[in-house]
This record gives sequence, structure tokens and C-alpha cells, in this order.
Amino acid sequence: MSEEVSEPIEVLRLPVELEYQYTAGKSASRFLRGLQQGKLLGQRCPVDGRVYFPTRGCCPQHGVPMAEEGSIELPDVGTLVTYSIVRVPSANIPLELPYVTIQVLLDGADTVMMHVLGECELEDVHMGMRLEAKWKPEEEWETSVGNILYFVPLDEPDAPYESYKEHI
Amino acid sequence: MAELCGVMGIGQTRYAAKRQELSMPGLLREAAERALDDAGCTWADIDAVVIGKAPDMFEGVMMPELFLNDAIGGAYKPMLRVHTAGSVGGSTAIVAASLVQSGVHDRVLTVAYEKQSESNATWALTISMPFSVATVAGAGGYFAPLVRGYIRRSGAPEDTGIRVAVKDRQNALKNPLAHLQLEDISFDMVANSPMLWDPIRYLETCPSSDGACAMVMAKESIATQSTKPVAWIHATEMRSEPTMFSGRDQVMPRASLDNAAALYKKAGIQNPRDEIDCAEIYVPFSWFEPMWMEGMLFAPINEGWKMTYEGATALDGDLPVNMSGGVLSSNPIGASGMIRFAEAALQVRGMAGDHQIDGARKALGHAYGGGSQYFSTWIVSDQKP
Amino acid sequence: MRDVAVVAFSQSPSVRRETDCNEVEILIPVIHELRTNAGITNEDVDFVCSGSSDYLAGQSFAFVSGLDAVGAWPPVCESHVEMDGAWALYEAWVKIQMGYAELALVYGFGKPSMGDLPLTMALQLDPYSVMPLWPDAVSIAALQARLLLDDGVVSERDMAEVAVRDRANAKQNPYAQVKGDFSVDQILADPYLVSPLRKHDCSPISDGASAILLAAGDRAKDLCKRPAWIRGIEHICEPQDLGVRDLKRSRSTEIAAEKAGVRAGKIDVAELSAPFTHQEILVERALGLGSETSINPSGGALAGNPIMAVSADRAVAHATSGPCLQQNLICVLEG
Repeated sequence: MSEEVSEPIEVLRLPVELEYQYTAGKSASRFLRGLQQGKLLGQRCPVDGRVYFPTRGCCPQHGVPMAEEGSIELPDVGTLVTYSIVRVPSANIPLELPYVTIQVLLDGADTVMMHVLGECELEDVHMGMRLEAKWKPEEEWETSVGNILYFVPLDEPDAPYESYKEHI
Repeated sequence: MAELCGVMGIGQTRYAAKRQELSMPGLLREAAERALDDAGCTWADIDAVVIGKAPDMFEGVMMPELFLNDAIGGAYKPMLRVHTAGSVGGSTAIVAASLVQSGVHDRVLTVAYEKQSESNATWALTISMPFSVATVAGAGGYFAPLVRGYIRRSGAPEDTGIRVAVKDRQNALKNPLAHLQLEDISFDMVANSPMLWDPIRYLETCPSSDGACAMVMAKESIATQSTKPVAWIHATEMRSEPTMFSGRDQVMPRASLDNAAALYKKAGIQNPRDEIDCAEIYVPFSWFEPMWMEGMLFAPINEGWKMTYEGATALDGDLPVNMSGGVLSSNPIGASGMIRFAEAALQVRGMAGDHQIDGARKALGHAYGGGSQYFSTWIVSDQKP
Repeated sequence: MRDVAVVAFSQSPSVRRETDCNEVEILIPVIHELRTNAGITNEDVDFVCSGSSDYLAGQSFAFVSGLDAVGAWPPVCESHVEMDGAWALYEAWVKIQMGYAELALVYGFGKPSMGDLPLTMALQLDPYSVMPLWPDAVSIAALQARLLLDDGVVSERDMAEVAVRDRANAKQNPYAQVKGDFSVDQILADPYLVSPLRKHDCSPISDGASAILLAAGDRAKDLCKRPAWIRGIEHICEPQDLGVRDLKRSRSTEIAAEKAGVRAGKIDVAELSAPFTHQEILVERALGLGSETSINPSGGALAGNPIMAVSADRAVAHATSGPCLQQNLICVLEG
């Protein structure tokens, strides 16, 4: 009896489930409503005019709100700035391993967005590749970046390193 | 104006993947008791407690310092809890030092910890938020593209990271507290380990560890009476910048460079590579050694890899880095920064054991966190400033 | 000790649920207003410190986005406490004391409406023995209230009087969330929410943010006609376990008040941020406040409780954290 009582308990499993209701916020709402209609809406910083995509509530460099007037529609093509080939599973990521996580600079944007690359052999992935968004079927569009399934290579010459190096 | 502050006690737990024989309070207490013993003082001598750890969601306890406080003698004392992402261990030490330097308290205990075996850090870092797509798997997924950016701009040889990984694991063999003890570590072993987040290999990443690190700091009149050597704080510095903005240099953030320049100025250091004897730098992925050699102004931009390559950062080099084995060998996240600060202090106290650098008199402790955006550092010496 | 003063303060309204703005968007105008009112820019600030909670935000590193609202460029000297903004204020005060800073920006923000606040607070309790029972924050406070009532330390009427006072005071405060004229009898006729607590015994759940500018000596005089000088600021933490401390008084408040010199002179105004009426009574008694003190002219936490941002404001201030007044901070300010 005493031996059983003194047996150490090493692990207690305690599942915690909490529900949160997030508010996208004013700026992100415009961005997400745009996505719902298949539009990629960037936002100009009111101070230096640089285009943020995805948008943020304010310009982090200047601490000023991103106003609605600064909205600007961007094309769904851009340049692969940097990437990593991921071979580590993560419970929250449904993608099959290995997959390529990328930072893509849309044409006309001044910030990169994180996404994934598809329809590309691993050995062909490289910095400077030109990319195009692969969208879900229109009837499945919702208020999510997930409307873009992934980016695919474009048959175009690479962007020169100089054109995107400040975004790494 | 500031009071002098000296580190007079250091306590670390043994670092391991699972310290399941200890609860969270037990883990903190193991480190805190060792720090008190080292400082030759008791719980009653401590005026205030400063606790640091990484995000609460790692262990699933909200503000865990509230339930941990009395286990480390904090009952009916002032207690602060610091959280500044991965740099938190360093920031926590800085807050503790500030309490002494301001003259508010005479003697302060600080403890930083993480019990990763009671948590799932990759989950906590990759929570799927609505409206977004999770594509970045944990910290490795975030930092790997930056490492690629560094390789591209510096032209560093592809095996630089492997060399760092081998060196730090060899150093860990001289540190009995280190988590990873890889007796047969070799270049080929690292090179042949699986690519996890290309270009980062399995053996180029930090482990997940349980552990805690504690320090006792005191004002000059108390520290001077210590029977053991004291590490005197010459300067502390912190810098933060936003996660992203247009044109942000994520590989070599200005916050790192500004932090280094301000730190050295305060410490009266003109040439860091000559004047600093050794450094404990926050290197969770091997490539961050060459990157932070530049970020801490030890090497010109794009040339940090040369220091690694030429062996300057080895135990017998001119600027040994991560003598303890570093974050690559032990990584209780919230404590990892404080371990850097404490190991720097151990070196100048001459108490680092087998990984002691002979004649180390001035050392750097460094931590960073977030998206390479939070930096905290200190310079300690065996001499008063 | 150096003379340090609060030279500017700004806050968002406290609201039950902010639906348009996310946390950062709540914070942006607050910090903007603070800088504008004080006539300073980012470059004037030597140190930035914030208080917030990841669990309230439901994500790790939630405080990082707060830097966006600061516009932290060029990089700033910055720290963060996973605590109420009051403790961020304390850290900033320490930095000024040591000569590291002359002017410090402090802010706190929280949006607890996103989750189930009383339930989330259960995660503060000992994870091995207490938390698995999921005792929510209101129930824990109710246990304490029951103890106080049964031992005759307070009466339900005392508690209702606190609610009436705070709600009435809040009428003058455009930022307050719950306000109005109530009578004690009216409140006592209400049903229990969690016995013996009624709805009016509990602070509301509020979304909000506040920010403070702290300055040293002459810098304070330059920036502000009538700085609020910090004459004492102290905080104390008790053990958490409810069984090992005296729940019928707030020992930590007593110690902090003694060290901060609360009794060294007459206190005209006290702003207490206890989240429940019986706790406000305990804090009031721990501070030794009498009839010469106007308590919670703003309405206090019972009128608006943007958790994490409560106390980065007001004249003589109290802030609390943890179950049943576990940790308390007292700040004595003088004009």
C-alpha cells in the first residue's frame, strides 16, 4: 500500500479547451472582404506610401493607422523572395511533407506574404522565381487567404536579386 | 547614478528532455537553491523575485509565476514576471539587475525556466488563427528562410552551419549540465542528419529541454563581501523592433546592431573582438552564430562566417563562443537567454569548470527572440567598472 | 530616489465587446493621443514597457503586435511584463530610478471579450491540484465572499453599497462601462449570480487600453504643468494557495501600503481596481482609508475593467492580480 502511494506520478494529462472569438479588425476586414471577391487588396502607408500586403492595422514603422483610402488592388503574381523546404510535421498544418514554405513579394507590394509553393519539383525551387497564385474554385471563396491554395511557378525569367533583396 | 550590481550566485538545473521527477515548482527550486548556496545566502536574504519564461501556452498555465512564487521564496515579497519572447531569459536578468542598480532592492533572486516536457511548443507557436493559413511550422519554419537569405547575401560556404553544430556539441561534452551529450559528434554525423527545414538540418537545431536557471544579484556593498568571485555588471542593453515592415532587414536587424553599439558604448568597449574574452550567444539554429557575430559587431557584415570557419569561435579561438554548448545543446526556451547571461558570469568568475576559458575577464551574454526582433545583452567582468 | 511623475495619460473607453477593432487597433489611438497631448515623438522616449496576457488574447506572443502601435522604429529600448500594465509602470519607474531613462512610455491592453474570461482565469491556478477542477474566477471570489459574510467581516449590504457608490461615480466618467443610479435595496433584491455574489458585485468584462508617460524631475516639469509625482510605489505577492493565507484581509496590500507611505498623509482620492465588491472593501480597509478619502471617483474597476490596462492611470492607484487579491500594487501620487 505505502509503496503504491509513494509511486511518483510523472504525467497528468489535462486537456484544456478554450474558445475564442477573434475580431479581424478594420484593416484586416477590408483585406478579407477583398479576398472573398478574389481581390488582393494592399494598403498604402499614409507616411511613406509603401504598400503593405497583407495589410495590418497600422504601419508598424510609423505607428499610424492604415486608412481605407490607401487601399490598392494588386495582381496575383509575384516573386519568390526566400523559402524553406519543410520536412517536419506540425499538428496545425494539414499539408503533406515535404512542402515548400515561401515568402512571396506580389508585384506592386512592398512587403512579403507567407504562403506555400505547389506544382514545382523540390530541386527546381529557387530565390527570384516568378510565381502566380493558384485559386480555389470561385464558389468556395471565403474571407480567408486560404482562397489561394498555393503559388505555382510562372514561365518567366527570374527577377534579379537586386529587385527583391531588401525584403529578406 | 546607477548602483553597481554584482552576480554573486548562479544555479542551474541539469538540462534534459524530460525532468519528470520534478514538478514545475520543483524545477525552479532546484535552480534557485543552487543559486542561493552559491551566493552564500538564504531565502530570507532575498528582497524581491523576478521570474521569466516564454509564452504561457507552452505549459498551459496562465501567469504561472503566481502559483510558482512561494516555491522560490517569493511569499510576501515583490514579484515581477517578464515575457519578451525568446530573449526573455536575458530581459529577466536585466530587470533583476535594474532593481539593484536603481537602489530599490539590495539583493534580488531571478529565475527563468521552461518545462517543455509539459508542453508542446511547436503547437503553441503554430496556433491556427481564423482567416489565415498556417504554413510556418514552429520556429524552424520561421527562421529557415532567413538563414537562406543570409547564405545568399554573404556567400558563406554551405557547411558553415555544420561546423557550428559540431563545435557547440563538442563544447557540451565539457558541461555536465548540458542536455545533449553526443560523444560521437562529427562533421559527417551533422551533415548526414535529415534536412528538417531546408537549409537547416536536424543536428543544426536546438533540442527541447526542461530546465531552469537562477541568479542572485546584489548591490556593491553586499557583493564585495562575497567569499567567492563576483561577476560585475558593466552594461546591460535591450532593443526591440516590429516583426515586419516594408524594407525591414530580417537577416541583420537594425535592433541587433543598435543594441550592440549601445551596449559597447556603455561598457566602454571600443573594439569588441579584442576586448571581450568570450561570449555566450543565443544560437538556436547553427547559422545564427555567424549571423550574430555580425549582429554583435565582432565581424564586418557578411563576414561572420569567416570567424566560425577559421575557428575563432572555438574554445581555443580568439573569441570562444558558447563554451557551455549553447542553445544547440540545451534549450529550456524561457531560460535559454538567462543561461547565456549566467554562463558569461560563470566565465568571469572563473567557475565554469571544464569549459572555463583561462583568464576570461570580460564576457558577453546575449539573447534574442520573436522574429529576430527582441535583443537583450550584458557585459560582465571580474573587475568593477 | 529620483523624483518621477506621471505627465500624461490616455485611455480607450471600456466596452463589453469591441467588435470593430482588434487589440492593436484599440491601442493605436491611445498611444497616438498620449504622444500628441504630451507634445512628444517616439524619439523622445527612452524606454517602453507594456503589460498584457497571451491567454486573454488566445495566442502566444500577443504582446509583440503592440509594437506596431508604438511604431517602434528606429528600434526602441523595450520590455514587457506578462502582468497588468501597473507592473509595467513599476518597471519603467525602476528604469528611471537607475538613470537608464528620463522619459518612459507605458501601456497596457486587453481584449478579454474574445474568450470566456472567468473560465480562462482558472488556468492561473495550480495546474496539478486545483486547476483540473476548473474553478472559474467568479466562483473562487464567491468562496472568499462567503467566508467574509459568515465571519461577519462584511455584510451583503456593505457590498451593495460599494456597487451603488462606484456605479454612481462612474456617471461622471465618459470611459466607464457600467454606470447609473442604483439603490442598495434594489441591488439586494437581485438574484445571485454565483452565491453570495450578485451581478453588481462583479466587475464587468471590458475591452480596452491605456497608456501613461512617466518622466524624471525637470523633464516632467517641462512636459506638464502639474505632474503627478510618484511618492511611493510598492507591490507584494502572496502565496496563491487559498488555504495558506488569510482571505479575510489583504495582507499584501497592507505591506505595500505601509512601504509606499500611504498613511504618511491624508489621502484625498483612492482608485481601487478590485474586481469584486467584497475585495474592494478589503483593499479599502488594508489601506486604512477613512471618510476623508473619496474612493473610486472614476467608478473604479467595478465600472470598467479593461483587464491588463486598469491601473496605468489615476491618482492614488491600486492594482491587483491573481485569485482573491493575491498580488497587489500601491502607488501614491502627489500633485
